[in-house]
Amino acid sequence: MIRGEPALEVKDLKTHFNTQDGTVHAVNGVSFTLHEGEFLGVVGESGSGKSVSMASLMRLIPMPPGEIVGGSVMFENQDLLQIDIDELRKVRGGDVGFIFQDPMTSLNPVLTIGNQITESLKLHTELDKKERNSRALELLELVGLPDAAQRLKSYPHELSGGMRQRVMIAMALACTPKVIIADEPTTALDVTIQAQIIEIVRDLRSKLGTALIWITHDLGVVAGLADRVLVMYGGRIVEEAPVRELYATPHHPYTKGLLDSVPRLDQKGEELYSIEGQPPSMYTEPTSCSFAPRCPHAFDRCAQEVPPLRLISPGHKAACFFNVTTGEPYVD
Amino acid sequence: MTDLQEQSTSTGNGDVVISVRGLKKHFPIMKGVFRRQVGAVRAVDGVDFEIYRGETLGLVGESGSGKSTTGRVILQLDDATDGSITYLDEELTTVSTNRMRELRKQMQMIFQDPHACLNPRMTVASIIGEPLVENSTMDKEARRARIDELLTQVGLDPSHANRYPHEFSGGQRQRIGIARAIALNPEFIVCDEPIAALDVSIQAQVVNLLKQLQEDLSLTYLFISHDLSMVRHIADRVAVMYLGHIVELAEVDDLYDNPKHPYTQALNSAVPLPDPIAESTRQRTILEGDIPSPANPPPGCVFSTRCPVAVDRCFTDEPAWRDTGGGHWVACHLA
Repeated sequence: MIRGEPALEVKDLKTHFNTQDGTVHAVNGVSFTLHEGEFLGVVGESGSGKSVSMASLMRLIPMPPGEIVGGSVMFENQDLLQIDIDELRKVRGGDVGFIFQDPMTSLNPVLTIGNQITESLKLHTELDKKERNSRALELLELVGLPDAAQRLKSYPHELSGGMRQRVMIAMALACTPKVIIADEPTTALDVTIQAQIIEIVRDLRSKLGTALIWITHDLGVVAGLADRVLVMYGGRIVEEAPVRELYATPHHPYTKGLLDSVPRLDQKGEELYSIEGQPPSMYTEPTSCSFAPRCPHAFDRCAQEVPPLRLISPGHKAACFFNVTTGEPYVD
Repeated sequence: MTDLQEQSTSTGNGDVVISVRGLKKHFPIMKGVFRRQVGAVRAVDGVDFEIYRGETLGLVGESGSGKSTTGRVILQLDDATDGSITYLDEELTTVSTNRMRELRKQMQMIFQDPHACLNPRMTVASIIGEPLVENSTMDKEARRARIDELLTQVGLDPSHANRYPHEFSGGQRQRIGIARAIALNPEFIVCDEPIAALDVSIQAQVVNLLKQLQEDLSLTYLFISHDLSMVRHIADRVAVMYLGHIVELAEVDDLYDNPKHPYTQALNSAVPLPDPIAESTRQRTILEGDIPSPANPPPGCVFSTRCPVAVDRCFTDEPAWRDTGGGHWVACHLA
């Protein structure tokens, strides 16, 4: 496993949305470190805060109604939550690239593909026009777009979903970023096209050595791609572990429930485990474990305190008062 | 298709509820001031299959493969362009409107998006009660009792009957849609991507509910989905669609453990497994390119443009739909 220097250090990040119906506590104290060249998977269901927390890193949430109420994001010795917006713009699309879920809505429909890729090169590099164009062509070839030279002159609507997502990846890679944040990049794609994109990302990893945050709800995608996984629930990280360890010995009952409720293509079906109940309401600041109402192991303490992340083994943390190994609550 | 082949398709396990023969659905493409037809989207382009009583037939495919259109045409929500659909020996493509109205009680549908398919201005009781008002002679009290029974059956609290859809979560809304579908004791239900819009932990709840109801009410399902793992879990037999054609159909384990069509093989290997160790050693077939447009499908085999093993005749001759033994049907020259 690759473990470089920390590329991104996030501490106690909190994001709220102030709506008419009250304050939505979307992210409630998220801390993690992304290492250089590491592939980090972020798994969670809708409303778990996975997208909001990662968008908050670059202050990419609409403010208002959004508000980053606390925490720090250290990148290259500066706190991205404190620096002024012009400084931050140099980071966005420069040292930190983005890939969004829906390439149709994140590409500009009236600009050619070539224009959109060279735009960020113009902002973030010293290259002249000719160099920018040849760099754009090189990038499209890198992500395996057929007829790359031709495609530079195409508009987004002339490309298929898979091709558009390749363009998004090319754009994210344009300025050789240190970190790429990919938010459900394959969710809108068909499974054979998803496989193509995953293959490209695997291939790029060996060529480029960029660190990657891959946000998804699909436990299968993460299993084959990530070095380490964060599991989110109720706006918090509930478990964090190296990928093999997480799937082999999950420690949080939510992670375990999630893994058990996913059917496997290579195995015959039995009754699926289902996590009863519904995801938590985010309108109140959590004062207890958000998963407790659905948890098979919950006991009185779970309804009284928010469980902190507890170190299970090197690199493996879980936010739970119950020790699944011994089958008894932890004694602090 | 020859008579011999036709015979062997219909000799199956148990009686046939739905039988589809040479079904086509083409949507016309109109152009110009006079809206002249200049072409057609061949959404479904000649499919044959049966659905047996009490079974779940999984219908899988990627977007644009024609799987949802097939489901809609079977229920006559869209008219077929060609071919026949029989429900218990009754031909649906020529049946009268009145008779179809009768038959609809026995044939229901569960939709993908539980936000879009429930009227936001009707209470849950009136949503579930509507088919009862239209199609039964129940009085108000009997109806109320039936609504309570249905809500209990799908795992909702009967005391919530007077609430509106927006007060429920996605999973609960899907349960309301299921309660409406089973209200008239149907025989056959088309489930069109019923879990695609739901979260992982809620998907399992809904699938378990569908399985339970099938057992309790002896329902027959056509389960349309793009999620191959979930289809393996719920289906008895599975049909794989590509560009308006069924390319393979077999018993569920046979199809997943021993896929014969190169498309099924590629599809299987493209689905990520929730297991890092299995993923790291997996052999993958990555298909090149995209699905061709159904308005302009390739000649010969529809899969030929992306097929990793295609030979010359795949580009010219359409492969026959044949039984390779044990009810394992495949349309491929090389299988």
